[in-house]
Amino acid sequence: MSEQDVTEVTVTVNGTEIEAQSGEMLIAAADRAGVHIPRFCYHERMSSVGMCRMCLVDVDTGRGPMLQPSCMVPVSEGMIVDTESDDTKRAQEGILEFLLVNHPLDCPVCDKGGECPLQDQTLAYGPGESRFIEEKRHYEKPIPISDLVHLDRERCILCDRCTRFADEIAGDPLIQFTERGNSTQVLTFPDEPFSSYFSGNTVQICPVGALTAAPYRFKARPWDLEENESTCTTCSMGCRISVQSSRNELVRYLGVDVESVNHGWLCDKGRFNFEAVNSDERLTSPFVRDPDNQRQLLGTDWGSALASSAEAIRRAGPQKVGIIGGSRLTNEDAYAWSKFARSVIGTDNVDAQLGDGLPAELVLGLPPATIADACEADTVLVIGPDLKEELAILHLRLRGAATKGRTQVVQIGAATTGSDSYAQRSIRCQTGEAAKTLSELLSSDDPLAKQLSDGSVVVILGRSSVAESVDPAVATAAVIQAELPHATFLVAVRRGNVRGALDMGLAPGFLPGRTRISNPSASLTEKWKQIPEKSGLGTSEMLQAAAAGQIETLILLGADPLSDFPDRNLAADAIQKTKTVIAIDNFATSSVAQADIVLPATAYGEQSGTTTNIEGRISRVAQKITSPGSTRDDWMIATELAWRLGGDLELTSKEDIWREIEQVAPSHAGITLERVQSSEMFEGILVQQSSIDLALPVPKDTPVADGYGLRLISGRKLWDAATTTEQSPSLRHLAESPSIKVHPNDLQRLGIPSGTEVRVISTRATENLTVTADDNVQRGTAILPFNQPGVGANRFIDATAVINDIRIETL
Amino acid sequence: MNEMTGTPIAHAPGFIANETPRIVTARFDYEDSHTLERYEATDGYQALKKALKKTPEEVHDEVRDATLLGRGGAGFPAGVKWGFCPPGVWPRYLVVNGDESEPGTYKDRLLMELDPHQLIEGCLIACYAVGLSQCFLYIRGEMAVAQERVAQALNDAYGAGYVGKNILGSEFSVDIVLHWGAGAYVVGEETALIESLEGNRGMPRLKPPYFPASIGLYGQPTIVNNVETLANLPWIVQHGADAFTAIGTESSPGTRMVAVSGHVKRPGVYEIVNGTTTFRDLLYGNDMCGGIRDDNQLKAFVPGGGSAPWFTPDQLDLPFEASQVGPQGSMLGSGAIMVMDETTDIPAAALTLTKFYAHESCGKCVPCREGGTWLEQILRRVVTGRGTARDLELLIEVGETICPGEFPHAAVPDKGIEAVPFPYRMTTICFVGPSAFAPIHSALTLFREEFEAKVAGNETRTMIEVAVDV
Ligand SMILES: Cc1cc2nc3c(=O)[nH]c(=O)nc-3n(C[C@H](O)[C@H](O)[C@H](O)COP(=O)(O)O)c2cc1C
Ligand code: SF4
Ligand code: SF4
Ligand code: SF4
Ligand code: FES
Repeated sequence: MSEQDVTEVTVTVNGTEIEAQSGEMLIAAADRAGVHIPRFCYHERMSSVGMCRMCLVDVDTGRGPMLQPSCMVPVSEGMIVDTESDDTKRAQEGILEFLLVNHPLDCPVCDKGGECPLQDQTLAYGPGESRFIEEKRHYEKPIPISDLVHLDRERCILCDRCTRFADEIAGDPLIQFTERGNSTQVLTFPDEPFSSYFSGNTVQICPVGALTAAPYRFKARPWDLEENESTCTTCSMGCRISVQSSRNELVRYLGVDVESVNHGWLCDKGRFNFEAVNSDERLTSPFVRDPDNQRQLLGTDWGSALASSAEAIRRAGPQKVGIIGGSRLTNEDAYAWSKFARSVIGTDNVDAQLGDGLPAELVLGLPPATIADACEADTVLVIGPDLKEELAILHLRLRGAATKGRTQVVQIGAATTGSDSYAQRSIRCQTGEAAKTLSELLSSDDPLAKQLSDGSVVVILGRSSVAESVDPAVATAAVIQAELPHATFLVAVRRGNVRGALDMGLAPGFLPGRTRISNPSASLTEKWKQIPEKSGLGTSEMLQAAAAGQIETLILLGADPLSDFPDRNLAADAIQKTKTVIAIDNFATSSVAQADIVLPATAYGEQSGTTTNIEGRISRVAQKITSPGSTRDDWMIATELAWRLGGDLELTSKEDIWREIEQVAPSHAGITLERVQSSEMFEGILVQQSSIDLALPVPKDTPVADGYGLRLISGRKLWDAATTTEQSPSLRHLAESPSIKVHPNDLQRLGIPSGTEVRVISTRATENLTVTADDNVQRGTAILPFNQPGVGANRFIDATAVINDIRIETL
Repeated sequence: MNEMTGTPIAHAPGFIANETPRIVTARFDYEDSHTLERYEATDGYQALKKALKKTPEEVHDEVRDATLLGRGGAGFPAGVKWGFCPPGVWPRYLVVNGDESEPGTYKDRLLMELDPHQLIEGCLIACYAVGLSQCFLYIRGEMAVAQERVAQALNDAYGAGYVGKNILGSEFSVDIVLHWGAGAYVVGEETALIESLEGNRGMPRLKPPYFPASIGLYGQPTIVNNVETLANLPWIVQHGADAFTAIGTESSPGTRMVAVSGHVKRPGVYEIVNGTTTFRDLLYGNDMCGGIRDDNQLKAFVPGGGSAPWFTPDQLDLPFEASQVGPQGSMLGSGAIMVMDETTDIPAAALTLTKFYAHESCGKCVPCREGGTWLEQILRRVVTGRGTARDLELLIEVGETICPGEFPHAAVPDKGIEAVPFPYRMTTICFVGPSAFAPIHSALTLFREEFEAKVAGNETRTMIEVAVDV
């Protein structure tokens, strides 16, 4: 139905007239009017199936009242509805009695007990007693249907929510009904687990305790749970969540349904990695390197650790200090660090990105789009990472929009992606050559060229491969700016609050509020007093400078360059050559283990503040539990260090920091603390203005392939060796061990059988790896995921090269 | 004993010819009735040729004027249904419902086994009239002979140029695709059939839309017709609507096939005159069933397939006319008549039917999935002498969750029970759920004393004792 067809209709519900939109289901219209009709199978984000019959109400369309399922009946003008008639009540009682006929009633040991729609609705609408005296259905209980989800078929009321979600929303139809009638049951296919990135959503929407999540089973009772509304910062999508704890321990995250972002869904990585916060491996007190044994870190107190840190910073002087990281931080913490670097240390060597993102110039300066814009654009052009792996819920939103025909997804890239199944077109190009492919397309008579130039376009632009430099993405941006000036962008930088960190000025050459260092606002100058005049170094340049002995003190602000910087050799060299490495983190990551001073920070769920998602939407992160040991918030560490360096950030609380951000950051002007604390924050506050007039750097050309080597392509997987994943016992084993994928013909040419161990050689390293033939890989290329456990792609990559080639040899 | 005048035909077991006009069974007399040679020799495919000379609208009008009522169960006029296709939406499909599985119904099977070309020609006429470009013929999985014969006939028809591209040199092209069912009764329901054709679980779709004619197979306009409905088309086109309406009554013209099973002398399939033939004619007529076996008394009969409410001898004089049968509390349905004589254990008979429908529930909706099996369990307890009087109430109460309000039933003048007219209300998606309750409701209403006898002596049994016994 097109939007013009929607008209207002008036429906009478229980004697009161309500306005509804034609075509809308009665149950939804009643919900909006505050009349609750009980339901099990209906879910507002999925199509109606009318299976449970719990929502039957008396509907009169002129032929007398008739019991009709309100989730299936579209409203019509003059409809008279009675949700409390005797017939309705009898039907509700009857349906509940039927549902309980075969329900095991193991509420006392059921995770759902206490928050169970079946319990609640039985209490509200059910019969007082059951007249069923026969033997109930029996099944083995529970059975694991994946690593994360258990299924108890006795408890299942066959509402089709999980199966519908898997098929309709996730696109992973791995759970299905089997058998028929009274023996119907939900099951997986033989030997095929329900290994969907989105499986946890089925647990959340199951109206009974039939589906339970391994990380939460038997952890808490709902009445012991406390919750706070927050935002997931595992990636930059910024899904809204409810953070739940019991006895000061995080036990569960649930998705919160907000229209603009996640529609209530979460990916399993974001949903279950709360386990990491509770980990025994957390850093809970400061450490310094043992002067007598360089291989060892010694526990120390905050006073000495801060004093040595301040001393190392002072000694180095502003030009020889570098700060890498900051996307783990809240906006407020990032602001404090940005201010600390510029106004106290006097350096502009700050970068929240780890050389695997895009220049801040692009992130802050390209014309912005929202997620909703993308879902409604005529075309979404994806030139960047595999969204299913890197921004899982963005993938889900796009999939939903594409499968409903609201938008057409077009991809240009070198590798297959999770979006292939719903894309209108997936155009394959050589790695690094998307810009060329796009301009050829646009000047061709392919109807797609017209579609792109005549219709609305949202571009999702990112690094298609970490083995490519930023140049191909910059070149792509240039083509789009020139040929498709009407296009807007969602820049696919992935890490947590990277958008917020850049907005707060954690990028060389940029100040809070999307302004250049050359153009500070008057209020900022007044507050900060001192601002470096020249742009400093980004992460790549800092690491290069460090490797050349030109950086004396390096601060890793929640950053692990050894794992996340594309070029491990360079990162290792830099860390080794730097006199003092100060790491502020939650865990002893591989980089932290090399640091000289380690300061333990509070983690997610232990700090409050705001975060900013990929589209520039500010939303709240909430503190739910107290932090372990003597961990401190990042902003406090910045203030303390400032004092010890003779400065004063004049920041005393997160609220205080926000007030200052609102004053000094031009893009954030008007977003007052009151607004940030108001109910407006449920959907988040979108910040779109930017004073940056874009000056795209001139990209380097992609060199021609030499014909001997294979072009390396490296993207991230949802399940990888990320710290929070590794530190979550339920998730740790989900990452696959790495194997390099090559087209079978290339392997044949080399005379190497699939599955054998080979020597992989690049300019950076020679390592042994298993090779797998895969005809989804283009000839002449090799795919090795980034940051998998074991030999990661970062060993082979030279960060200064536009493109990285490798060779494969038999052992 | 009266002398039987109907003619059983050796090569068409189950069919008995009688004196009524024979529209769809005319060729059954020939031993090779299923072959293309015989079909062509007996006017076969002449109607198609005639139709192709007319415009599709003219053919559609002819069928509309003939008031050909659907023979699949609902009795909806085919010509009217065809008109529900939204104009301008293509392609449109024809789906032939040959899943015949309603207990007691076996007429479509004979039509497919004995005259497959008549069905194919009917399909082609329907496709021509409504602009349907592809036809899917769905045949019940268990009907091996029908499958074989239809497949052979279709090959021959393709070979002879009756089916396929540019049929008989015209602009008209249709492909017919055969599909075998996988053994589910509910797939006879037209939307479940469409789901099954699409490769999904055979579960009914939700209404609205009320007719697949608007949104059907693969989301396209789709006409679903019963085998017998389509088999009438060659005759109608050949002889005209007037000749068709000259037979039977105005609201129920033509003939219809009925399948009689149970306690009659000569069970079988009969072609009878629609609208005028009465149940008495059918069950007692010498050229038809010839009376009740062993000249016993008739106790009850199911007039329209296993899911129809039951009749007793009081309703024998009703004709095969929906407008008369409905107000008397039942329906004509699929034309299956199941006859029970005085020796019948009524509760046990009801259990047989309820068990069937409970077993055939697709499981999609709660009242049928849970209620059907529960009804069966309670009734089994009663039939095996372990139930209590409370169970008799329970049967009705559980049934009322499936079918709220008064359930249709026949009048029993002796007991002062008045008829409750058809149809019933229901909380389920399709009619399978109510069908599990229908036999129980009829049996309990019409023959309550038989149930009371089964539970007599159990007055002191507590629910606990009953439960332990289960
Ligand atoms: C549970 C159920 C089973 C049915 N089974 C059959 C069947 O086996 N054959 C059939 O032709 N129609 C069957 N029908 C009726 C079909 O849904 C549909 O009305 C019919 O095929 C339409 O054809 P007609 O208009 O030519 O009668 C069934 C209906 C229901 C509700
Ligand atoms: S497992 Fe839960 S969500 Fe899935 S069908 Fe059963 S009750 Fe519904
Ligand atoms: S998509 Fe990103 S923000 Fe959303 S739940 Fe997953 S990790 Fe968290
Ligand atoms: S009434 Fe029975 S057969 Fe029909 S949809 Fe419901 S469960 Fe399936
Ligand atoms: S909520 Fe409407 S039928 Fe289940």
